[in-house]
Amino acid sequence: FAGLADVSISEDIPVEGEITIPVGSRSPDEDFSTLDEPVRDTIMRDLKAVGKKFVHVMYPKKSSALLRDWDLWGPLVLCVSLALMLQGGSADSKDDGGPQFAEVFVIIWFGAVVITLNSKLLGGTISFFQSLCVLGYCVLPLTVAMLVCRLVLLAGSGTISFIIRLIVVVAMFGWSTLASTAFLADSQPPNRKALVVYPIFLFYFVISWMILTFTPQ
Amino acid sequence: AGPGTMAAAGAASGGRTGGAAADWGGFEDNMQGGGSAVIDMENMDDTSGSSFEDMGEMHQRMKEEEEEEAEGEAGAAEEEDGEFLGMKGLRGQLGRQVADQMWQVGKRQASRAFSLYANIDILRPYFDVEPVQVRARLLESMIPVKMIHFPQKIAGELYGPLMLVFTLVAILLHGMKTSDTIIREGTLMGTAIGTCFGYWLGVSSFIYFLAYLCNTQITMVQMLSLLGYGLFGHCITLFVTYNIHFHSLFYICWLGVGGLSTLRMVAVLVSRTVGHTQRLVLCGTLAALHMLFLLYLHFAYHKVVEGILDTLEGPNMPPFQRVARDIPVVSNAVLNTTAKAIALTL
Repeated sequence: FAGLADVSISEDIPVEGEITIPVGSRSPDEDFSTLDEPVRDTIMRDLKAVGKKFVHVMYPKKSSALLRDWDLWGPLVLCVSLALMLQGGSADSKDDGGPQFAEVFVIIWFGAVVITLNSKLLGGTISFFQSLCVLGYCVLPLTVAMLVCRLVLLAGSGTISFIIRLIVVVAMFGWSTLASTAFLADSQPPNRKALVVYPIFLFYFVISWMILTFTPQ
Repeated sequence: AGPGTMAAAGAASGGRTGGAAADWGGFEDNMQGGGSAVIDMENMDDTSGSSFEDMGEMHQRMKEEEEEEAEGEAGAAEEEDGEFLGMKGLRGQLGRQVADQMWQVGKRQASRAFSLYANIDILRPYFDVEPVQVRARLLESMIPVKMIHFPQKIAGELYGPLMLVFTLVAILLHGMKTSDTIIREGTLMGTAIGTCFGYWLGVSSFIYFLAYLCNTQITMVQMLSLLGYGLFGHCITLFVTYNIHFHSLFYICWLGVGGLSTLRMVAVLVSRTVGHTQRLVLCGTLAALHMLFLLYLHFAYHKVVEGILDTLEGPNMPPFQRVARDIPVVSNAVLNTTAKAIALTL
């Protein structure tokens, strides 16, 4: 403590007060407090967070909730359900016309990674996982479209059903693109928004195309 | 001999830490508070040159010193109280080991993340474009330059070519779906991505190699950029002809649009090469590959009548086989239905 010898305290500053600094946030008991709660509480908390983000996607306002606490649960659930629904088109081994589960999975995640890298290289201020989170959550309208398409295909597969499916898929594709650009475009320099929006447009276009051309065999 | 050397090392590091403590006196108080969140601003001025790494080093040194002291203590305690070995000695040691491990893991993760970030930064200058520039370059890629006596400028950017390759993948998917292409030993998406990226990267590398042999003044990034923008013609042609199935229209587009973009690439390369033989070799190869690729893309994913072959040949079909048939658009539907009717009766 050699350095303290130089410190001098003037007479009129009161040297009093609490010497214990409340550092309660680092005590080991607090870190383990979430382990003691019942499993249902943990799951409900995560589900509520995911549900809130779904609502934000369906009504895209300029809010930062999606960006602030990102999580990848929602994108995982959406991606898996979309891939499962798209898989039923090729039960026959001779006809490999439909996309496989792994294919859809890889397309969604690889595409999201490429778009994120692209937006970062163009000078974006958003972080890697935040961008993945937004792109994954904005697949929700297309998953809804896939559900609707499957229901419509149960009724029949004629020209009318194709027109209905086309309208639904195009509407949901537009919604997805708009929702994701509402969140992502703000983080770019203003004159480069078009450069970031185009790959997002291509990404959702490919997914919409896979949904539209899905035919159960 | 073990504890002796450790004690000596402890003393040495203690001496080192003592010396360092004279310089970093202000921090010592805070660090001994056990990671307190409150940092005295007064003391910060004394150590204004501090950085996060220095704090980390100091923390590490102090932890090592504590470890060595405590190891000496624990050793003594173990020799004295054999029964209480499990309680105090192990918990202390375990805690320290866990803390040490977490520090190592954290350091490793940070360095890995840093190297990943650094890799992205290598590519950053190639993506520094404006939308206006991209549009201008797209239009320029269809206009062959006339001045081949001065080396033409090639913009070394990768955003436009990358987006064009992805667009080509999307158009190819559309074409494969509408032509009901059936791929046995692969997937549609994999084939499309593999074809387009394989062409862009493979042919670029091959032409770059030829350019190196022919003494052309061009870098790899410029070659990638040139070929990438040359795919713009392919995108337009395929987009038009996958939707409107007239053979004569395709041939006109092939020669017109494909020819224009090939001529532009050839002109740029000619302007950068010296010597007639070299120019001929390089430009002939590029023109042939570029035009043949467009031909391949059209005919490989053309509207095929797969149903006939499927039903007639059955399971003896070799994998990944598609046969293109020159059937005019009008009678396609009729042929399909008759083929299915015949197959059903067989």
